[in-house]
Amino acid sequence: MLDIVLLGINHNTAPIELRECIAFSEDQSKSALHSLMRKTFIKEALLFSTCNRVEVLVVTDDSARAVAETKGFIAEFNKIPLEQFEGSLYVHEGNEAVRHVFRVAASLDSMIVGEPQILGQIKEAYRTAIEEKTSGVILNRLLHRTFFVAKKIRSETGIGDRAVSISYAAVELARKIFGVLEAKKVLLIGAGEMAELAVEHLIRGKVDQVWVANRTFENGVALAKQFNGQAIGFEEIPESLKTVDIIISSTGAPDYVIRPDQVKGVIRKRKNRPLFFIDIAVPRDIDPDINRLSNSYVYDIDDLKGIIDENIEDRQKEAIKGERIVDEAVIGFREWYESLDVVPTIIALRNKMTAIAEAELKKTLQASMISEQEAKAIRKMADSLINKILHDPTQFLKRNGMHENKSFYIDSVRKLFKLDDY
Amino acid sequence: MESIILVSILLYLLSTVGYFAYLFIQKDYLQRTGFFLLLIGFLFHTLTIVYGFIKGGHLPVSNMHETLSFAGWAIAGVFLGIQFKFNLKILGIFAAPILTGIMITVSQLPNEPAAATKIFKSFWLVSHVSVIFIGEAGFALACGLGILYLLQENEIKTKKHRFFFKRLPSLEMLDNIGYVCIVVGFAMLTLGLITGFVYAKAVWGRFWSWDPKEVWAGITWLFYAVLLHERLTVGWRGRRSAIMAIIGFVVLIFTFLGVNLFMEGHHETFTRF
Repeated sequence: MLDIVLLGINHNTAPIELRECIAFSEDQSKSALHSLMRKTFIKEALLFSTCNRVEVLVVTDDSARAVAETKGFIAEFNKIPLEQFEGSLYVHEGNEAVRHVFRVAASLDSMIVGEPQILGQIKEAYRTAIEEKTSGVILNRLLHRTFFVAKKIRSETGIGDRAVSISYAAVELARKIFGVLEAKKVLLIGAGEMAELAVEHLIRGKVDQVWVANRTFENGVALAKQFNGQAIGFEEIPESLKTVDIIISSTGAPDYVIRPDQVKGVIRKRKNRPLFFIDIAVPRDIDPDINRLSNSYVYDIDDLKGIIDENIEDRQKEAIKGERIVDEAVIGFREWYESLDVVPTIIALRNKMTAIAEAELKKTLQASMISEQEAKAIRKMADSLINKILHDPTQFLKRNGMHENKSFYIDSVRKLFKLDDY
Repeated sequence: MESIILVSILLYLLSTVGYFAYLFIQKDYLQRTGFFLLLIGFLFHTLTIVYGFIKGGHLPVSNMHETLSFAGWAIAGVFLGIQFKFNLKILGIFAAPILTGIMITVSQLPNEPAAATKIFKSFWLVSHVSVIFIGEAGFALACGLGILYLLQENEIKTKKHRFFFKRLPSLEMLDNIGYVCIVVGFAMLTLGLITGFVYAKAVWGRFWSWDPKEVWAGITWLFYAVLLHERLTVGWRGRRSAIMAIIGFVVLIFTFLGVNLFMEGHHETFTRF
């Protein structure tokens, strides 16, 4: 009987130095798939490689040998001795392999639980396997189930609901204050990777305009160009508070760049429209007392980190629900997988009958004087006898009503007719 | 009749359950169920009012039982309208329990038909009463939105994102819809006062008679007028506006109930227990 086997390494089992040695690039994975398929015991194959993990999924009729072949293949293809990575490699078979694929796709096994990219990457890997024709009945079914399970977990649990990066957390907050970000104006003070990332997320939220204030005006102009925005002078910041709604600050200034009295002065002119300050700088740029003013909200880097920590905890709680959905899906897949075995059993049964009939016909037709026409009639009778005899057992095996005991019946049929010993 | 009231109580109650389940579990179908149940409850509620109308031959607002029921009906109607227009999923958490409470109270109040007098048949009275109640419903929802605003604002301000942060919509949305409710409420209240004046002139021969209810209605009107004026000129919004909406509704409840309980005047008969 065919079995599903998975071999892999990930961020938990192997350091980056090892993972990068084993990783397959997109072009490499095509030729890798073909060399895998050339192995004797591998019937179907799928290769999945990201910066955090490499997984090889194969369908085989002899799992022990397939594991050995796959290990050999990884060593050979990456030109790295087996001993060097064998300790980091995990091997899952059958249900465990299925469970692992479901968990990886649903991002339950990711470094940051619930991160959304992984599903897309698996889809990409599957598409490659389809194009290279290395995926067959079993992997097709498995992968389709995988996509279904991953989507279900994403929609039915809060696994990916809340931001787990500083820049996303800031944008999520902005949405809770302003609702839609359209028509909102953003002021970026200073520059910095996280601040720029947050601005990019905000732009994706269709904010109206980005202003950039930098001590060095040229730098400001360059950055403004990048965001399709406008550079303003550092001394224009207090004035700009009348107009902008979201302020992201990340300068190297030793003192506060914006103080409460500056904000107080513009509140009336802003007609009390809310102001949201995101302070990513250390030491801080925005005086925390501004948070006490009405309709003004100040979040510094620690506040944002605090939120992220809470969100990560939340995701882990949600992940438990995800595991339950995975458990159910594994059982469902196993049932399908076992039902698949009915067909080979029926074929084996028919082959056995045909073989017996052939042998007996040979004896009978040799012994007595039988004309061509009579021989034909006897053969026909033998064929229809086989069909008549097999009709009911075949119907029984194919019937849907015996779901729970399917494996038992298949086992019995195989024993009764001695289908497994040739 | 009684049984129809019970049916609507049951539906409002189930709707409350649905909305609370939505608050905790956050599944969209719960919120849709809550909304649907409230809609059906509203239809049954409408039946009771139509029945009262046919039976009495006039708008059924002649005793506390009928008046309170009518006020609840207006809240349900305005809520459904706001929900339909803005799809603010969480507001039901406020509207559904209030409706349930109102209808349970209604069912406990005696429904003794008041002596049918001519005054109930006046066009001005009918408009006065219906418009005032729609206005009150607007203010009730504005109060609910104010409460939700303060809950959400508190979580954002204190940086402790606990229960409400992910369950409530953005501050801006709560503030804007609250504003719409107050505008609707204020317009209706104004219209209601005008029709009341016209009616008073027709019945008592004067527009204004310093009846306690009139005085308190005037105070309420002035309160909301100030709130709207400040919002339009200096932009009173957010927290302050939310607090004002809540205080305003307290004043309104006093005008509606308190005046009848503690003071006397020509509105007394209509809201007598």
